[in-house]
Amino acid sequence: MGLKTDAVGKTYPPETYAVGREKVREYASAVGEGLDLHHDPEAARAAGYSDVVAPPMFAVVFAGKAMGPALFDPDVGIDFSRMVHGGQEFVWGPPVVAGDEIVTEIEVKDVSERGGLEFYVFESRSTNQDGETVCTGTWTNIVR
Amino acid sequence: MSELESGQELPELKVTPDKYLTYRYAGASGDFNPIHIDEEFAQSVGLPGRILHGLWMMAQVARAVSAAGDGPESLKRLSVQFRGMGFPEQEIAVSVSVKDVGDGVATLQAEAVQDGRKIIRKGEAEVRVG
Repeated sequence: MGLKTDAVGKTYPPETYAVGREKVREYASAVGEGLDLHHDPEAARAAGYSDVVAPPMFAVVFAGKAMGPALFDPDVGIDFSRMVHGGQEFVWGPPVVAGDEIVTEIEVKDVSERGGLEFYVFESRSTNQDGETVCTGTWTNIVR
Repeated sequence: MSELESGQELPELKVTPDKYLTYRYAGASGDFNPIHIDEEFAQSVGLPGRILHGLWMMAQVARAVSAAGDGPESLKRLSVQFRGMGFPEQEIAVSVSVKDVGDGVATLQAEAVQDGRKIIRKGEAEVRVG
């Protein structure tokens, strides 16, 4: 199979994502997050936030955008026709609110083979404009 | 919900993704993989039809475990394994149990089932409580 283990440790140029109010509301609606904090700026301000608060899983929006170049990198060499998303972990820091600018960096953490399956593991680290880590993601893709 | 105890079950979250959910979620998330939005393409790669986005299913687990805490800042960590495919227009049930509670953090276990099939397993979450 010729796994491209040399790719382990590779990083990609940071991707900046500007969090918009309507995007937060659109995402919250699509996943069924109904709290006023996600939809109503007045309610969010009354609760001490500067604007609507992104649901935790909104991390897939800003980090997922950054994941693209890594997933499609020929140096990693994933065969998409046989790939499945095997597992996912997120660790969250301070909340993300509309108006934030989030910078995400991706690193290839593991390329390995076990039991006839290929594992491709990526880490995303997302930081806000104040330098706080708002979310770290571990993305495990499996090629059958 | 501040009186969590080890072994306790949280209320089950039930959700039925409607026929057009995968289109709305594709737009909301930016994931336009055709296996989620193109019936013919999905079948051409051997799937029964369009399948749900795994990360949408994970978002349902996030909702279910967050019920243990208070507000959007309570969820500190969530990990899942995706197993099996989820489909539109079939009810999904997310079950959550408390593994342990200490230092203001509850560790929870979760899984999601659709039509008798496990679609998310080994869900584990840390939620700030109290």
